[in-house]
Amino acid sequence: MVENRPLLSVISHLILIFGVALIALPIWITFVAATHDEARMLQAPIPMLPGGYFWENFKQTLFGSGLSGTEIAPVWRMLGNSLAMALMISLGKISISLISAFAIVYFKFPFRMGFFWLIFITLMLPVEVRIMPTFQVVANLGMLNSYWGLSIPLIASATATFMFRQVFLTIPDEMLESARIDGASPMRFFWDILIPLSRTNIAALFVILFIYGWNQYLWPLLITTDADMTTIVMSIKQMLEASEQSPQWNIIMMTALLAMIPPIFVVISMQKLFVQGLTETDK
Amino acid sequence: MATIKLDQLTKSYGPDEVLHHISGDINDGEFVVIVGPSGCGKSTLLRMVAGLETVTSGEISIGDKMVNEIEPADRDIAMVFQNYALYPHMSVGENMAYGLKIRKTPKDEITRRVNEAADILEIREYLGRKPRQLSGGQRQRVAMGRAIVRDPKVFLFDEPLSNLDAKLRVQMRLEIRKLQKRLGVTSIYVTHDQVEAMTLGDRLMVLNGGYVEQFDTPIELYERPASIFVAGFIGSPAMNFLTATGGDGLVVLDNGTALATSLKTSGAVIAGIRPEHLIQDPEGVLPVRVEMLEQLGANTLVHGVLDGTDTQIVASVTGIQSLPINDVVRFSPAPDELHLFDAKTEKRLS
Ligand SMILES: Nc1ncnc2c1ncn2[C@@H]1O[C@H](COP(=O)(O)OP(=O)(O)OP(=O)(O)O)[C@@H](O)[C@H]1O
Ligand SMILES: [Mg+2]
Repeated sequence: MVENRPLLSVISHLILIFGVALIALPIWITFVAATHDEARMLQAPIPMLPGGYFWENFKQTLFGSGLSGTEIAPVWRMLGNSLAMALMISLGKISISLISAFAIVYFKFPFRMGFFWLIFITLMLPVEVRIMPTFQVVANLGMLNSYWGLSIPLIASATATFMFRQVFLTIPDEMLESARIDGASPMRFFWDILIPLSRTNIAALFVILFIYGWNQYLWPLLITTDADMTTIVMSIKQMLEASEQSPQWNIIMMTALLAMIPPIFVVISMQKLFVQGLTETDK
Repeated sequence: MATIKLDQLTKSYGPDEVLHHISGDINDGEFVVIVGPSGCGKSTLLRMVAGLETVTSGEISIGDKMVNEIEPADRDIAMVFQNYALYPHMSVGENMAYGLKIRKTPKDEITRRVNEAADILEIREYLGRKPRQLSGGQRQRVAMGRAIVRDPKVFLFDEPLSNLDAKLRVQMRLEIRKLQKRLGVTSIYVTHDQVEAMTLGDRLMVLNGGYVEQFDTPIELYERPASIFVAGFIGSPAMNFLTATGGDGLVVLDNGTALATSLKTSGAVIAGIRPEHLIQDPEGVLPVRVEMLEQLGANTLVHGVLDGTDTQIVASVTGIQSLPINDVVRFSPAPDELHLFDAKTEKRLS
């Protein structure tokens, strides 16, 4: 809006500030809790201002055995597991969807539309719905407690396939034709033309899928029994239940803080491409 | 360098046949323009030569080699598309080099050829830019450059100038013509613009509804159109058509006027006369009731009807003329400029 009405801008600022506070407050509390010692966190009014134990908590959480007196793996290990899982899921999803969208858009083969709809139907079958049979398959393949088991069942993606299909459909046919005249093989066309032209879409999807993978909870919980394979998201819940005494909020909150960093890093580093993807017009 | 031979080419999409038995030979180094109204199958024919559309029946040969089943890349052709189809993520230089790179041409050879082509087209200073940083005319040049670096046997153009403004179109038209003469590469050029076709082509293939109406030089097309369609399509303003009855050495128009001809005809015929071949003449046999004048400076277009009928007539007279509206002005056809067509088959009676 170009209009300049003081009352209106006051109101919109109030609404925005309220929204920001609503989202930022829990994060602030998490941060504050991570800077106090255990004893302070158990006293009645929880602190609203940072304390002086940030580095101690940080060191103990990241490199120590985390929670004292439990068998939970150190947090750096769990961060590594989560990172591996999230990367395998997001990169796996992107590669498989790129290839299937390529096949569906650019090749004529029998039952092409049939395959497309088959892929599309899997939208109705998220992991939660097919969890028992999937578990069975993964167990039979001996993939329990492995990175493969954590990521492979989550890799197939109808949404991403569909999205890349739409992207490919916006690329003019002449692009393919001139590549054919230039002598590019189908895979050459895929690498040299399609991938660079979908670069911004790939980045946007990577952000979304990385966070999706990072936040997986139910599936890792089900197939990892080995403490060394625990992911960070599931560990937070375990930490709450693990100790016999009352929960060590300072450590748990520090873990939560650490768990937030990789997704934030991914969002920030991909932001430029992400925005380009939304504003770029000519293909 | 190569000749192209089309032999009984047919194209169907499902049950619809869109091209019917197209035949024609294109000589080495010749510039052939395929021209016709929208939807007549020009692009389809060109794309069949390129190998981008399959051939339903018939044969295409390039340089004595039958190419029906050969991939576009192996036909040794280059094509310029209407929307240029430049790769948006590659610089101008990379766009031009891409085909050579795929063919594993040595690096220094690629650089040499790209620079050479860039010099010919005067786009050297843009080599590092992306296509989106260029104007339409510059993109057009890059598309041409991409075609010429490959040093192909055949150039194919599909309405390459239709996205440019009128002035640039005239300029690029001349450049394409000069370039083609200089390189001597056999070329096929598709357009629906008859002026572009007449100025560019050594020969024109006039297509109508998937049939070849005539395949000849621009002058021949103008002087001896093979059918009413060609006669009406070539030349601007279009030829006047008058219904008439044939006779020995003359035809009789509906209003009773007799026009002399060297032919002996009978039955219903269509007499055609171009606007520029109607000469203002107080003794003329064609009385035209003037309805409107279009002053173009160099000449004046007189729109009217043949007096006593409602047949529309356009005459083009030189200079600025102010003829009285609604008066009858007499014209006589220039000698030997009367074209006669069979009223039923619409073919020329020669
Ligand atoms: N893929 C297709 N499937 C079915 N019919 C098609 C297909 N491509 C073209 N046609 C038909 O073939 C005919 C010729 O099309 P074409 O594109 O060659 O026309 P054109 O002469 O190039 O016209 P324009 O001047 O508008 O480009 C048209 O009637 C069109 O509807
Ligand atoms: Mg066309």
